[in-house]
Amino acid sequence: MEPSELKRSKDSPNSDESTRRSSFPDEVLERVLSLLKSHRDRSSVSLVCKDWYNAERWSRTHVFIGNCYSVSPEIVARRFPKIRSVTLKGKPRFSDFNLVPENWGADIHAWLVVFAAKYPFLEELRLKRMAISDESLEFLAVSFPNFKALSLLSCDGFSTNGLAAIATHCKNLTELDIQENGIDDKGGSWLSCFPESFTSLEVLNFANLSSDINFDALERLVGRCKSMRVLKLNRSVSLEQLQRLLVNAPQLAELGTGSFSEELTFRQYVELESALSNCQNMHTLYGLWDAKGIYLPALYPVCTHLTFLNLSYAALRSDELAKLLAHCPRLKRLWVLDTVEDKGLEAVGLNCPLLEELRVFPADPFDEEIIHGVTEAGFVAVSFGCPRLQYVLYFCRQMTNAAVATIVQNCPDFTHFRLCIMNPGQPDYITNEPMDEAFGAVVKTCTKLQRLSVSGRLTDLTFEYIGRYAKNLETLSVAFAGSSDWGMQCVMGGCSKLRKLEIRDCPFGNAALLSGLEKYESMRSLWMSACNVTMNGCRLLAREMPRLNVEVMKEDGSDDSQADKVYVYRSIAGPRRDAPPSVLTL
Amino acid sequence: MSSENGKRLLETDAGGLNFEATELTLGLPGEPRVTSDGGAKLGSKRGFSETVDLKLGDNNREVKLGHSLQEAAKSPVSKTQVVGWPPVRGFAKRGKKSCKYVKVAVDGAPYLRKVDLEIYNSYQQLLTSLEDMFSCFTIRNYLNEKKIEQVNGIEYMPTYEDKDGDWMLVGDVPWQMFVESCKRLRLMKSSEAVGLGLTTGPKYSSTN
Repeated sequence: MEPSELKRSKDSPNSDESTRRSSFPDEVLERVLSLLKSHRDRSSVSLVCKDWYNAERWSRTHVFIGNCYSVSPEIVARRFPKIRSVTLKGKPRFSDFNLVPENWGADIHAWLVVFAAKYPFLEELRLKRMAISDESLEFLAVSFPNFKALSLLSCDGFSTNGLAAIATHCKNLTELDIQENGIDDKGGSWLSCFPESFTSLEVLNFANLSSDINFDALERLVGRCKSMRVLKLNRSVSLEQLQRLLVNAPQLAELGTGSFSEELTFRQYVELESALSNCQNMHTLYGLWDAKGIYLPALYPVCTHLTFLNLSYAALRSDELAKLLAHCPRLKRLWVLDTVEDKGLEAVGLNCPLLEELRVFPADPFDEEIIHGVTEAGFVAVSFGCPRLQYVLYFCRQMTNAAVATIVQNCPDFTHFRLCIMNPGQPDYITNEPMDEAFGAVVKTCTKLQRLSVSGRLTDLTFEYIGRYAKNLETLSVAFAGSSDWGMQCVMGGCSKLRKLEIRDCPFGNAALLSGLEKYESMRSLWMSACNVTMNGCRLLAREMPRLNVEVMKEDGSDDSQADKVYVYRSIAGPRRDAPPSVLTL
Repeated sequence: MSSENGKRLLETDAGGLNFEATELTLGLPGEPRVTSDGGAKLGSKRGFSETVDLKLGDNNREVKLGHSLQEAAKSPVSKTQVVGWPPVRGFAKRGKKSCKYVKVAVDGAPYLRKVDLEIYNSYQQLLTSLEDMFSCFTIRNYLNEKKIEQVNGIEYMPTYEDKDGDWMLVGDVPWQMFVESCKRLRLMKSSEAVGLGLTTGPKYSSTN
């Protein structure tokens, strides 16, 4: 939903000239448009002319709403009468890191009430960073008889009782995907609520939950859902239980194991390996909690056709990773913990030439005593072996400008470059200079760059580079960086495609904020916290741009004139009415 | 779990610090920052005048009020922990390796075993593993037999010795509490336990 995108076709007929255009029945137009899946293409199409706008809105079955407050459910329902699938995102991304107050909003219930009235045939709901209560889940479960797919990512406010309601009532459920949520885990009995007659489940992900589930119920469920292709277990499922499940589900394409660490007898190990080797369709492997190196060889038969391996819950050493990766030649995506160290990353470079995505997470992010983890050397090693890298998320404790320059020279195709040097404001550890040249190299070389997260000691020069070169940049995350307003002004002036900007702890003030006046309506949102923005600056912004919602979150005990946390977003629904008292809408 | 670490910094848990003491500065230490008002002013709200050193391990949190601006400049923000930084989601304690090996004795078995309690996440996993471990003794004698559920068909009560030296029934307390207080395990023959009046089952049973 991007009402201000200006992509007009030059030859667009409009309805006043209907006598002149060639007759093109609406049904044909709708049929053609129904083949369009991308919501951005559909937005563009809807701007061509009134006829196309109408044809598009009647043929749209999936709506993507990147900010739940940018529009109201009534407006959505009025425009799109035939929606079967909804994707909604709520809170600002920094809520993942505790920067957003708990009762901030983004509650799904009002949406569900409208959907129940207008979209009784709703099939799919995918939510990210929304608040959803058990009552809402129960309401969902009983209001939509055709409901098929529920995906909750980084949501909160619900418990396993809500999941029980879904399992009990959704007779046609194909997907239940619960990821990284703040869920109140009251026990595993919800899984037993799937009726014995229920067979349609294709995707089941409950890795997020910690309680024991009734394994017999799970075994029967997996056994009778013959179309199941994605199964992600939680940590309470043992290796022996995993083997029993796999024997009945060799068709699985994605598997999240449970705990990978208990003591196995030799026979159990052999049976596990045999069960895994029967899974010829498996291309994705998750979980592997507490994986013990000695059992990893059981995975070798699956590794040959794996394209995505997520080891971010398994604290492997470099040698353990190296041995495993020797069997994974087709890997395209790899997530690991920094326990693998640089040596482990060297093995990545040596064994995975097709790698497109690498994420290295810190095993102990809050512990400063750690002297291991990964350094610039590991990243450089990967870049030499994996020229096709497009997406990287890298947490480290030291980095140099030279290393980053080498990395992007080896891998010029980066679309997502997220580098987190974990000590805020840390310079190049060899030259002691700011990391400006590193990110300068990134934006100069990687012309396709869409997403960038910067870190380390950075002056305004970094932002000059970004503004000048990062012409395709859509998402920028900045923390503890910059020297003055000029930095942010460069970004606002230069990055024409910018959609999301999130800034924390930077010396950007009102001049910086207001330099983006013209820009914010073409963006999804702006977040600024712990910067130098004042309430007056925010009020000015709100006054000048009535179609923006300017919200300030106040912290207790702070100076009245400071705007501690500012969240600015475009909206056609007007200021929201459900803001808690700590959030001021200007 | 660890997503709470950052929050703790601002709560009164942190030893009664007043808010000013925990404020952090922005940008580079030692450099005055130019604000939008044009004048140079050291960020009064967020100077590096004090840094807070918090150790977020176990239950001992030392809070030291630190350094002047000059000293902070030497080791910029390395000793400061900040809300929501590094930007990792609540799974910060992924795969942390620790181990707690305890001896396991079974009445009637010729020798003891050791298990690492840290590798289990629930009573069910532990008990299943113990069953497997000790059925081995009998399996050795019957080479191709399937695993039997109870050793020799005799029932065993799982008990453990806690930090105070008392013998407790396994399963009464939450799993983590059990792991922390357990010093050794003993599978006691039920027939012996009958006389002790241990008739009610544990609160935290292994199945739902």
